[in-house]
Amino acid sequence: MRVLIAEDHALLRDGLIRLLEAHDFEVVEAVDNGPRLVPALVEHRPDVAVVDVRLPPTFTDEGLKAAIEAREKVPGLPILVLSQYVEQLYARELLTGGGGGVGYLLKDRVSNVAEFLDAVRRVAAGGTAMDPDVIGQLLARNTRDEPISRLTPRESEVLGLMAEGRSNAAIASALFVTEKAVSKHTNNIFAKLDLPPSEDDNRRVMAVLTYLSSR
Amino acid sequence: MSTAAATTEAPPLRYPKLAQPWIALFLAILAELGIALFVLSVVSVPLIAVWVGIPMLLVVVPAARWFANCHRTMLAGFLGERIPRPYKKPPMPGMLMRLRTILTDPQTWRDIVWLLVNAVLGFTLSLLSAVLFLAGLFYLVYPLLVGVTPEGVFTEPFGGLVTVNFWTSFLVMPVALIAFLIWNAAGERLLKANAFVARSLLGPTESAKLAMRVRELAESRAETVDTQAAELRRIERDLHDGAQARLAALSMNLGMAEELVARDPAQAAALLTEARQSASTALSELRDLVRGIHPPVLADRGLEGAVKALALTCPFKVDVTFDVPGRPPAPVESAAYFAVAECLANAVKYSAATNAWVQITHEDERLHMIVGDDGVGGATVKPGGGLYGIERRLAAFDGTLTVVSPSAGPTTVIMELPCESSSLKTTPSSGTA
Repeated sequence: MRVLIAEDHALLRDGLIRLLEAHDFEVVEAVDNGPRLVPALVEHRPDVAVVDVRLPPTFTDEGLKAAIEAREKVPGLPILVLSQYVEQLYARELLTGGGGGVGYLLKDRVSNVAEFLDAVRRVAAGGTAMDPDVIGQLLARNTRDEPISRLTPRESEVLGLMAEGRSNAAIASALFVTEKAVSKHTNNIFAKLDLPPSEDDNRRVMAVLTYLSSR
Repeated sequence: MSTAAATTEAPPLRYPKLAQPWIALFLAILAELGIALFVLSVVSVPLIAVWVGIPMLLVVVPAARWFANCHRTMLAGFLGERIPRPYKKPPMPGMLMRLRTILTDPQTWRDIVWLLVNAVLGFTLSLLSAVLFLAGLFYLVYPLLVGVTPEGVFTEPFGGLVTVNFWTSFLVMPVALIAFLIWNAAGERLLKANAFVARSLLGPTESAKLAMRVRELAESRAETVDTQAAELRRIERDLHDGAQARLAALSMNLGMAEELVARDPAQAAALLTEARQSASTALSELRDLVRGIHPPVLADRGLEGAVKALALTCPFKVDVTFDVPGRPPAPVESAAYFAVAECLANAVKYSAATNAWVQITHEDERLHMIVGDDGVGGATVKPGGGLYGIERRLAAFDGTLTVVSPSAGPTTVIMELPCESSSLKTTPSSGTA
């Protein structure tokens, strides 16, 4: 799988390259600044790009802006954004473009190698990978009259995992229940939130996130 | 008094035109009453030598101050602006300390001078303004007066200059018109002139103004320094107890794992897992710390983005309106952000609100921030409270905070920060897609 890396810290960049190459990814290019990123993305069209939010020269949200710009030029270009901190605003901006193939994770998630690689593969396959922190914040926004407050704790848990971008099978193994039970919960959630159920993993994440953030 | 002449374009009087002659008359009477206070003050000072002066001063000076304060309030209506009360406060309680403060306060003496000036100049100006109007009235009804009073009472309208009978008395009526015209043109100016004279003596001198300003600045600086020192201590403690301790544990675990890796790979793996967990906890602690010092999103997106991001994390709906051309200087931006953040945090914690709104605009070289919610209200600024903290934080920038929060709600917090347009930087291509 061809992957492009954008990270200005030499140590982290080398670490990412080593990590990904050790797991059969082919790193096509590793850029260390913002202005180079968009042309590199458009030129290489990698299967997935792992991009740091903060890049030179401004050290602000250069990476995020580049990701959004590149996805405008190449719709559906899978990009996984890594950040030292997660911000709902940024998660929303990434998702508003529509389509799958986006991810937004805290940098320290990389240390859990298996989960990180899973997220990279999920994004490459057109899925989503949202940081549990973002989902946690979104789920915390339930006030009295919100439909979300009607969910049972178990259903909230399932919704959280679902919103991170996991499949029913992954949720089932994470919660130690059968896949059938998960799909039952999922249907309950959709019914309670007035969302039409969908077979598409990505679309259901979008629906959940849109619902949660458009209040 | 030179300023009085220069300030010809004063705002309109706050009192209705027809009330002015009566106020002027009232002021003229007061001016003469004030002379009693003047005499008492002047007499009491030499009497200090025989102790009688002390209780006298302690009664007369507050009375004179009260009298002057009444005039400050009344005359403010003519000037269209407040006249500050520039009295010194005694630094310590105690009778002698109060006396000392009274005697060394230049304003005490300026008040006394004003009592005299007011009795002469103020009296003349006020009376002139009143008399012009009253004379107009008098000459207007002069024929009536001649008609209704016994013969011989009203026959000399100009004090023996001419004598009139009932029929010729109608000839004085044009004099009423002239008097009214003069009053119309000059009455207000006379009152204003009086007010300017009073202000020059009752208002603070330039040096008193400066002294007041220096005191304010010294207070707010002391508080800023304190807050910053406390903030640094908090950061130091957080780093020491949190991230630093965790990193130490991490490096210890790694050292043990290094040693164990050949002998007991299973335990080494367990130690490595533990090390990874403690690394990620350390990272998350550092992240929280960084957010508390300077939120990254504020650095990235400026005030607008940061406040919008803040609004997203609130458990209720927050409407954000933002109208500032460019980015304020970093310290102002940061102060504004933390002020809004604290207000919203308060709303989340105490108000039980379902809706809130944030409005940030830039007008008259000031940044205006309004944070409102539809909650239960009852928010007050009390020392140690969150709102007090914001007030102090803003005070460091000469900013202000006003809270309107009746006990049934809603709550509105109005904040202002000086921010000159020239210091606003244009944002480099903000807003993405």
